[in-house]
Amino acid sequence: MIDSSALYRKRARTNRIALVLSMVAMGVGMGFLAWILIVLLYKGVGALSLSLFVQPTPAPGSEGGLSNAIIGSAMMVGAATFIATPIGILAGIYLSEYGRKGWLAPATRFINDILLSAPSIVIGVFIYTVYVAQVQHFSGWAGSLALTLIAIPVVVRTTENMLNLVPASLREAAAALGAPRWKVVLHVVLRAAKAGVLTGILLALARVSGETAPLLFTALNNQFTSVDLNAPMANLPVVIFQFAMSPYENWNSLAWGGAVIITFGVLCLNIVVRTLFRKKI
Amino acid sequence: MQSSAVTKRDMSFSQLRGEQMSQATGSEQTPKIRIRNLDFFYGSFQGLKHINLDIHEGMVTAFIGPSGCGKSTLLRTLNRMYDLYPGQRATGEILLNGKNVLDPDQDVNALRAKVGMVFQKPTPFPMSIYENIAFGVRLYESLSRADMDNRVEWALRKAALWDEVKGKLNQSGLSLSGGQQQRLCIARGVAVKPEVLLLDEPTSALDPISTAKVEELVHELKSEYTIAIVTHNMQQAARVSDYTAYMYLGELVEFGLTDEIFIKPKRKETEDYITGRFG
Amino acid sequence: MSSHSSVLGAGSASAGGVSGLAESVSGVKQPEPPKDRMRAQRFQDALFHQLTRFFAFSVLAILAAILGSLLYGAWPAIKEFGFGFPFSSEWNPVTDKFGGLISVYGTLSTSVIALVVAIPVSFGIAVFLTELCPPALRSPLGIAVELLAAVPSIIYGMWGLFVFAPLFADYVQPALSMTLGNIPFLGSLFQGPKNGIGILSAGLILAVMVIPFIASVMRDVFEVVPGILKESAYGLGATTWEVVWNVVLPYTRVGVIGGVMLGLGRALGETMAVTFVIGNAHRISPSLYEAGNSIASTLANEFAEAASDLHVASLIELGLILFFVTFVVLALSKLLLMRLGRMEGEKT
Repeated sequence: MIDSSALYRKRARTNRIALVLSMVAMGVGMGFLAWILIVLLYKGVGALSLSLFVQPTPAPGSEGGLSNAIIGSAMMVGAATFIATPIGILAGIYLSEYGRKGWLAPATRFINDILLSAPSIVIGVFIYTVYVAQVQHFSGWAGSLALTLIAIPVVVRTTENMLNLVPASLREAAAALGAPRWKVVLHVVLRAAKAGVLTGILLALARVSGETAPLLFTALNNQFTSVDLNAPMANLPVVIFQFAMSPYENWNSLAWGGAVIITFGVLCLNIVVRTLFRKKI
Repeated sequence: MQSSAVTKRDMSFSQLRGEQMSQATGSEQTPKIRIRNLDFFYGSFQGLKHINLDIHEGMVTAFIGPSGCGKSTLLRTLNRMYDLYPGQRATGEILLNGKNVLDPDQDVNALRAKVGMVFQKPTPFPMSIYENIAFGVRLYESLSRADMDNRVEWALRKAALWDEVKGKLNQSGLSLSGGQQQRLCIARGVAVKPEVLLLDEPTSALDPISTAKVEELVHELKSEYTIAIVTHNMQQAARVSDYTAYMYLGELVEFGLTDEIFIKPKRKETEDYITGRFG
Repeated sequence: MSSHSSVLGAGSASAGGVSGLAESVSGVKQPEPPKDRMRAQRFQDALFHQLTRFFAFSVLAILAAILGSLLYGAWPAIKEFGFGFPFSSEWNPVTDKFGGLISVYGTLSTSVIALVVAIPVSFGIAVFLTELCPPALRSPLGIAVELLAAVPSIIYGMWGLFVFAPLFADYVQPALSMTLGNIPFLGSLFQGPKNGIGILSAGLILAVMVIPFIASVMRDVFEVVPGILKESAYGLGATTWEVVWNVVLPYTRVGVIGGVMLGLGRALGETMAVTFVIGNAHRISPSLYEAGNSIASTLANEFAEAASDLHVASLIELGLILFFVTFVVLALSKLLLMRLGRMEGEKT
């Protein structure tokens, strides 16, 4: 009998050990996710209150909230998404609709995928040298621009993927009516991929919402409420960073509150998007 | 402004009439489409070899042959659909109304507005039933709301779909059944009033009842349109067409009146294919 | 354009109005589309093409601009310190002497630690998701792994500093010192202050952060292995593990390395989490327990407050080095993954 041989038993044992280890690895991954989320809930939910949303960041030891940071973050993330969306969609259209020949499309695809993972702090340094250093002051616009550069590759990648999922027959059908290429693309192809392209925009939004590093020396921070994109602007990630590193207890608590807002906002967006559009994100 | 518009319209209409008249006086035999020495290449692979063929006005011409024989390729040269893909090219002549559509300076969009196409699988656009039809019409005409409504109804009636969808024109075209979707695509193609209608295996994805409806439609439409249909179904070719072309390996083996091809084909290969001994 | 279309509109509208549904009887064909309309359309088409082309090109331009501006900004430091910059451990804003060795060492050592830990775990996760996971759980667990990547890095930093570090100091560091710390030579890596922050902690937190990236790529490339290949191995009586190790892994080796490179690229440039736990001390020590600094954390800490021009330039040069290295690593990753994609294309 084969299955009683020592060799077979050894192989079966190796297999069992390996598979158990693989399950352990999965458990480790899930464990860390759960650990982080539980810690956030444990430390942060207590800090959540109405005043968190309506009062600006306080001086050490006094009462306050994060309203100025929330407003600033919303404005900069909004501006970045707003600017990155058309740029990313048009570039994505080029890659999927015109990218069959020539050097530009493969080159752009390649570089775009690299920028997708490029260190975001370097983007901050870049905006600092070309913008902040030139106008001599930190500003919300600088922060928005840095976030824009981070959002663009995300939108480009998803747009191209989503347009590629649109069957060629739909393009042919529109072209067969005599529709010019741009109408085929904008009225039919983009429309067919609408939901997917929206996914890309939401993912980009989620991605830049939590970015801290590129804002450190572009938007800087502002302890007062300001809606002037031309001035230094408060934003959740940098406020969380500063408050978390500070020795003041009320600041620490606000930092955890902000962390909860950001994390669950970003994760919810991700879950919604990834559940709805499982394919090819 | 208004008067100049009218003049302009009158001019183009009279031009059109003139054109039709001269055609009619020319000869009844003048084919709508005349294909001469057509070669087609996918990169270095030759998909069509020296095709010579006439497609007659107001007739249904069917293309049959085993898959990969080039019948769809031939259809796609007639509206230059292959232009969408780099590396595909055609040489020779395809004369539509006496003008070579393979000419580099032929505007492909203008050509496609005159030569409509319906595909193997239904391809409704991701918009409402109404918009699906209005989309093509708006490309080259600016109709008033009422005229557009009329045109949509006219096209849907032509495609025998009106009664089924008249209450739900604002629903998505994707909500229809497969057979309805295909008839919607036919209505969409008819709505722009092309001169030629190309049907690329229009019933291969449909159930028998829908297939019968589409075949009936082809019969109806041929009084006003010149129709070329690719089909893998020989009974269908026999039922709907006036002329039949049998193709094999990129070559046109035999072309003639459908009755002759099916009853007494001249070539042995055709006979083998038709009687099912091959393919 | 607008007057043009109104001409057409008036024309066709009246034509339609007169005949209405009666058109069907006459079956009048559309007149040839006017020449100038076709010309306008061709122009719009070309314009749209060029517009999309411009924005595609702008992605390349962004890269060029980043490289160019970093080079320009770093130039004073490059001129002052030359090629020795990455190899000098001096970093003194008071005397205006700068070298990148400490930050480069911090970046490399944390990333290496991250990979050593993350590769086996990611491999395990990918194997679990592709070979063991019940189909119903595959999608939710896959999403959960991707969520690890979506958690903002600052959150990892806070968690690392306030939750992970104390536990690490109390339980793991002493244990490591007592075991690995006794190995000759290597042992000194695991000796030193047991306060939970430093190079090792930063590396471990980076590991958690890059696991989702490596695991996702591994899972995706494992999924492209043709079923028939695996089935024929199973047909010979191979166990699941033997199929993974002897069939799946060799087949996807290139892609797996690509995934690891992607993880490395992410780890090298990660800023906030590292800044929280690396300790931010500008020194190199033989112990992984000691505080250090990575390029990214140095930038995060000093850039906004750098006083002298040379200090700023030196920081930008650090950024340039970081960008260049991650660029090479990520490009390599992309090339490897593309090669796997091409192999796949040839085989099917």
